[in-house]
Amino acid sequence: MTSSSPPKPSQETELPQPVKESAETAETTDDLVDKLESRRVVPLRHPWRWVASAVVLVLLAQAAHALTTNDAFQWDAFGYWFTRPVVVEGLLLTLQLTGLSAVFGLLGGIVLALMRLSRNPVLQSVAWAYIWLFRSIPLIVLLLFLANITALYATLSLGVPFGPSFVEFSANDLLSFYMVAVLGLSLNEAAYAAEIVRSGIISVDQSQLEAASALGLPKGRQYRRIILPQATRAIIPAYANQLIGLLKGTSVVYITSLLELFGVVQSQASINSGQIIPLLMVGTIWYIVLTSLLSIVQYYLERYFSRGALRTVPPTPFQRLRSRLRTTGVAR
Amino acid sequence: MTVAVNVRGAVKSYGTNRVLDEVDFTAQAGQVTAIIGPSGSGKSTLLRAINHLEPLDSGYVTVRGELIGVRLHKGRLRELSERAILRQRSRIGFVFQSLNLFPHLSVVENVIEAPVVTQRVPKQQAIARAKDLLTKVGLADKIDAYPRQLSGGQQQRVAIARALALEPELILFDEPTSALDPELVGEVLTVIRDLAAAGTTMIVVTHEIGFAREVADHVVFIDAGRVVEQGPPDQVLVAPRHDRTREFLGKLV
Repeated sequence: MTSSSPPKPSQETELPQPVKESAETAETTDDLVDKLESRRVVPLRHPWRWVASAVVLVLLAQAAHALTTNDAFQWDAFGYWFTRPVVVEGLLLTLQLTGLSAVFGLLGGIVLALMRLSRNPVLQSVAWAYIWLFRSIPLIVLLLFLANITALYATLSLGVPFGPSFVEFSANDLLSFYMVAVLGLSLNEAAYAAEIVRSGIISVDQSQLEAASALGLPKGRQYRRIILPQATRAIIPAYANQLIGLLKGTSVVYITSLLELFGVVQSQASINSGQIIPLLMVGTIWYIVLTSLLSIVQYYLERYFSRGALRTVPPTPFQRLRSRLRTTGVAR
Repeated sequence: MTVAVNVRGAVKSYGTNRVLDEVDFTAQAGQVTAIIGPSGSGKSTLLRAINHLEPLDSGYVTVRGELIGVRLHKGRLRELSERAILRQRSRIGFVFQSLNLFPHLSVVENVIEAPVVTQRVPKQQAIARAKDLLTKVGLADKIDAYPRQLSGGQQQRVAIARALALEPELILFDEPTSALDPELVGEVLTVIRDLAAAGTTMIVVTHEIGFAREVADHVVFIDAGRVVEQGPPDQVLVAPRHDRTREFLGKLV
């Protein structure tokens, strides 16, 4: 609609013929368009997109240049350390700590979330208090408490509170630094996972439970078959975040002198002077690799659980890239 | 005629708001009973009380002579365990106002879920039966679709098939067409009409007065938690005796 467009034809001129017959009137836009060879609409061009892309690409090239040409990065030393057995051992320990605390943390989180959603006020309050407490204590402080547990309790026992105990352990024997790390990470993880699971469950409409119970489905089945699969869709992105945080959070356990990935990097840097930068790069790249793997798993899990929630499942990145190239004409 | 549903002295309050105020109500087996009334009159609450989705404060409900949601124990009515209530509900079909199929399950999975779990029907048999039911409601070609890929009217017909899959002795409909646009209302009402012709016992809360007049055998008009008037549709809907009924019907035309 340009400003030069003529006034719209009046109501009486219902047929186009009378307009054409009046020869003295100038040609209307309609007439001009009618004469066009093709009526195909040319899409709006976006020149600034090209400019912005060029600017960003130049900046990226500069960054790549800065990384590759600065000898202080010591890329040869990086290559040496990247697959050293000591580094790989640290990497495996990081994976173990992440895996175990993720499993225990998630299981604990599900139990805590169900407790908070239960109608039993005692369960509700206990779960709330647990989450409140463990979200309040910094992970590093919690780990140090657990590592020094012998100063608090020399023996740990299973039994009746304030009554007789059945089994007794020396706290030192029971809690290796490895177990301290898994315990601390799991306790901390459970508090956060609980809120993520709860948010997923309350995101499912109440009417779903009502429909399930009107059909007479047993309570457990209502949750397992109806609520949790739908809640999982909301849980995955938030929990993937949490898991990636946990992966990197394991680096905190180095203060209990446990040599996971970061612990190895840190201790090797103190032995091999002048190699701190390549060693930090080794740690960084490994964390990036692991996070990337988790992100890929997250993507495909999200796709799986979007069944029924979307009318059509979104394309994978590869499918999207291919169609993007096709529309910009590069692939043709 | 046998009594399918009997409600006696039903009372339900939310805070100070008395939603059901001593409601007595009977539905005959093999008949369609329509419950009509203004919004907030308690008609949905009454329907939900019949399968104990809404527990009563006092009063009781029987379906074919069996107390629902409660039992007689030492001269008192005591609430049943959740498990027992769920078992009773699988004899009573319920179709909701809002379209609440399970969105992550396909149409056929929605329909077979309850029979397979609560009645231990073998899966293959349940699927065969689900196909029959879906054919009956005109959705034979939508078996593997997900609910969100269907129109509102189609979803509501799946919901009816889901309720029928339990072979219930009674089906309760809570305003089954009020979430649908006018064009889709017809296809759902057709399915209910077919069920009525087959002699299914149904209680329908509805705003479709024309439909109630055509299909119902018995009409109950409720206002402010009380049954104002009931009887055959030609009486209640055409020549109401009560002023309040006349006023309500007058507003609808």
